[in-house]
Amino acid sequence: MLTTFLITVGAMAALGTALAVLMVIADLTVGNYGEVKITINDSKELVVPGGGPLLSTLMAEKLFIPSACGGRGSCGFCKVKITSDVGDYLATELPWITEEEKKENIRLSCQVKAKKDLSIWIPEELFNVKEYRTRVERIRDLTHDIKELTLKLIDPPEISFRPGQYIQFQTPEYELSSESVYRAYSCSSNPSQRDMVELEVRLVPNGICTTYVFQYMKEGDEVTINGPYGEFFLRDTQRDIVFIAGGSGMAPIKSILLNMVEKGIDRKATYFFGAVSRRDLFLVEEMRELEKKLPNFRYVPALSGPKPEDKWDGETGLITEVLDRHLSSGDNVEAYLCGSPGMIDASIKVLSSKGIPQELIYYDKFA
Amino acid sequence: MSGGLFTFGVFFAAIFTSNILLTNFLGMCSFLAVSREVKTSVGLGAAVIFVMAITSVLNWLIYYYVLVPLDIIYLRYIAFIIVIAAFVQLVEMIIERVSDTLYAALGIFLPLITVNCAILGASLFMVIREYTFLSSFAFGAGSGIGWALAIIAMAGIRTKLNIRSKVPYGLTGAGITLIIAGIMALAFMGFAGMINIT
Repeated sequence: MLTTFLITVGAMAALGTALAVLMVIADLTVGNYGEVKITINDSKELVVPGGGPLLSTLMAEKLFIPSACGGRGSCGFCKVKITSDVGDYLATELPWITEEEKKENIRLSCQVKAKKDLSIWIPEELFNVKEYRTRVERIRDLTHDIKELTLKLIDPPEISFRPGQYIQFQTPEYELSSESVYRAYSCSSNPSQRDMVELEVRLVPNGICTTYVFQYMKEGDEVTINGPYGEFFLRDTQRDIVFIAGGSGMAPIKSILLNMVEKGIDRKATYFFGAVSRRDLFLVEEMRELEKKLPNFRYVPALSGPKPEDKWDGETGLITEVLDRHLSSGDNVEAYLCGSPGMIDASIKVLSSKGIPQELIYYDKFA
Repeated sequence: MSGGLFTFGVFFAAIFTSNILLTNFLGMCSFLAVSREVKTSVGLGAAVIFVMAITSVLNWLIYYYVLVPLDIIYLRYIAFIIVIAAFVQLVEMIIERVSDTLYAALGIFLPLITVNCAILGASLFMVIREYTFLSSFAFGAGSGIGWALAIIAMAGIRTKLNIRSKVPYGLTGAGITLIIAGIMALAFMGFAGMINIT
């Protein structure tokens, strides 16, 4: 009996060990790519350990390529242009790469591995992306399911972002998650307040990050963010502006509006904010304040299902219906949308039907 | 049948009459998931042929030179699985090292194969049916080719289906694929009387 037991365990252990040793040897020989040199924008050179995915290799060097999924190849954000030869496109990249991007050799940096010297091109502003240690200064309830976080920067002490851009919030390991994950949130504060960022976080049931923010995080805690990222910011034109947002989509719009006040930009602007009932509306006072400071700005909150006790006398209906009623013509208009994919897609249809060209519709979809 | 003829018989039967996918329904998950385009199914099919042929032989050696002498054949499942996993990992590393083109075509499918039950199934059948070393190789290679044939045929059908056919909404995706797989299995039954290796 004992012999059987020993033979069984011994044989399996031996087989396992033999294969493990084989793997270790392979890792040290076949899988060892030594150090490779990455040339960025023909100006900066990094010497890094080879063999790993480009995205995480660059991240270890404190160079942050935007990524929402953390390198699993499921968001398609981490595109970089690679001018040296790195082989054919992988099947895991193709769903995210358009024909034009193929001609320019744009690749997903989480799938491409740094196996030999590489030459890559990334937008200059990504050099501006840094990792910040921050302290949670204030957590405030905006509605029953949206909280406003005020993060005071510790190191580096100042950040520079364009109004409308977003940062990535690092959720540390905690009871519900054994690894730290990144989630993207738009800044709602005025960029001229350089020593802090404000975020608006809406509770996602069972969300790793939002559960952490709602149930575990306390004022005074230290959290890490990195950024800024994003192409969602106010363009410097003379066109009229239509803002459309729902829920925590308020954040980037608020940042843009605060910035308009400060810069004295008084373009004609209308802000359609969609909610279900009164309890989903927030920052209404602040928006009315902004209307006074920006004479050409109008805030139009709309409820799709006001309750009797709301005593609502404002706009009712889906945001698309309200938009359709208010916007008579799309001439000389550009639009900024932030919210759920459903709301954005439906709003784009209405905007297009009013004659606003696609390239003047800017949006930030919550994926 | 004996000797070389038997080996050839096994090879032939593994492709057609006892097609591992269409008669045993093994390896269905990757069959359903990756049969959308002909190009990717060719890549996955080639990877399966290669891995199945080699792991059958490796597992034959492990079985008859390690497990049988030590009288621990009941450990064959776990032994086969770790051999397959280690082998696949090793092949992936080597392919990645030597050829970017081959890696782009085959390499990314290899991790998918580690958990493909058809691979383990081939190794287990070879033991149950008491094949010789050579027949095991023929069986592994044949099963791989049979599997590849089935997935490429399916990919071809699905490509056509996308262009021409109006599939009822409730049947789109996996539903219609399973129905087609069933019909293909019936067609392959037509080969059944020719040769029997089970």
